[in-house]
Amino acid sequence: MAYSDKVLDHYENPRNVGSFDKGDDSVGTGMVGAPACGDVMKLQIKVNKDGIIEDARFKTYGCGSAIASSSLVTEWVKGKKLDEAAGIKNTQIAAELSLPPVKIHCSILAEDAIKAAVEDYKKKHQ
Amino acid sequence: MQFPIYLDYSATTPVDPRVAQKMIPFLTEDYGNPASRSHSLGWKAEEAVEESREHVAALVRCDSKEIVWTSGATESINLALKGAAEFYKTKGKHLITVRTEHKATLDTMRELERRGFEVTYLEVRPDGLLDLNQLESAIRKDTILVSVMYVNNEIGVIQDIPAIGELCRKRGVLFHVDAAQATGKCEIDLRSLKVDLMSFSAHKTYGPKGVGALFVRRKPRVRLEAQIHGGGHERGFRSGTLATHQIAGMGEAFRLAKLEMSAENERIRAMRDKLLAGLQEMEEVFVNGDLERRVPHNLNLSFNFVEGESLIMAVKDIAVSSGSACTSASLEPSYVLRALGRSDELAHSSIRFTLGRFTTQEEVDYTVNHLKSKVGKLRDLSPLWEMHKEGIDLSTVQWAAH
Repeated sequence: MAYSDKVLDHYENPRNVGSFDKGDDSVGTGMVGAPACGDVMKLQIKVNKDGIIEDARFKTYGCGSAIASSSLVTEWVKGKKLDEAAGIKNTQIAAELSLPPVKIHCSILAEDAIKAAVEDYKKKHQ
Repeated sequence: MQFPIYLDYSATTPVDPRVAQKMIPFLTEDYGNPASRSHSLGWKAEEAVEESREHVAALVRCDSKEIVWTSGATESINLALKGAAEFYKTKGKHLITVRTEHKATLDTMRELERRGFEVTYLEVRPDGLLDLNQLESAIRKDTILVSVMYVNNEIGVIQDIPAIGELCRKRGVLFHVDAAQATGKCEIDLRSLKVDLMSFSAHKTYGPKGVGALFVRRKPRVRLEAQIHGGGHERGFRSGTLATHQIAGMGEAFRLAKLEMSAENERIRAMRDKLLAGLQEMEEVFVNGDLERRVPHNLNLSFNFVEGESLIMAVKDIAVSSGSACTSASLEPSYVLRALGRSDELAHSSIRFTLGRFTTQEEVDYTVNHLKSKVGKLRDLSPLWEMHKEGIDLSTVQWAAH
């Protein structure tokens, strides 16, 4: 299968790989997918007191498109408010990375990961 | 070293240069139709075809009259299964095969089911081998044929063909063997094996693509209904002008296999074992399928916590196959590995390395180092590896399946 240059770039040089402390109050963690399905994404956001996402980290088990999708969204969520980040659509991710139809589920998973991370942060601050 | 390093010899092999040399004259000079009886060009082509038939027969120790040329193992399997089922259908309508067979067999069986036959698909043991007791109890009064592959294409395990043959013969059931992956790797002796039909391919044994053969036993005689009709070539079993150059290539490839296989297999086995030892220096690396009853050139490994397609993408210097077909929304891991009882995770994390005639020590060393570095990198990226390192048992985690 041919990958787009952007997928290859994110795959070769993934941005913001790593983990924050899950217990930290300023951190929201989203873990989506299942090993049996061939992909699991963990996305973490660090939120400042103004409700802006200051930083993000990810780890992904999955194909190149899944890794690229999650790497991309760590860049996109930075500087955004929680609700803005949660509004990122999978179609935007798929378009940016030129994902073929069989890889659309990777972008859906990345969208779900952001939502799960935002949700987790909000739960901590209810 | 040339890149990519080719370790996918079970997908196909390069044509041996000696084989290519043998083929070329039949394209440009000796281009006669082997069925032309009226001039020397035809006689020369026929002579080449018959000489090749002898070479193929010699490798597997049968009579050359028992070899029928086809376009490849897929066609041979189709002819064997459909041909026998249609011919013997008044005797019974039940066939038996194994879940880990190649799609050429499984899909042909599905077609026979649509035509009104009944098929039993046997499970395998966790080591990939067939349980003979299970086979014996699956044979019924109306069973006409059993089909089992000699060597599995994914995990390289060798089924106990002699014992299965004895069992089938005792029960009066025809036995077909898909030997596409076995020629040049296993000693095949059709004089002693109780095998009625055996399918062969040229391009897995350093011959050209597009040609194969089917062994059809004469004593006791096996009858088949032809699947391709026309000029009555190949004693009516398979019509169509013979592809002289392809057949010359297959003959030469099988002649060389007979001469060189024992030395070649030892050399390849040593390199395979070195590859395995090198890769097993990493944690959480598992061999799929039995290691002892296996062809010497195959190594199928699961690299736990790393997804197969991303690994294939990472090791682009090396041409290998993955057991994970991540090509649809419902990701499907290898059905062969699933049949061994491997978890989806391990099936998704598998890579098949198949070495061959032109593999070098240097390439094996490079592959070990390359894999170690790439697996390490992907594990650093893997949330599953992180959880494993934190001591979390992944089987206890509630995943949100999607």
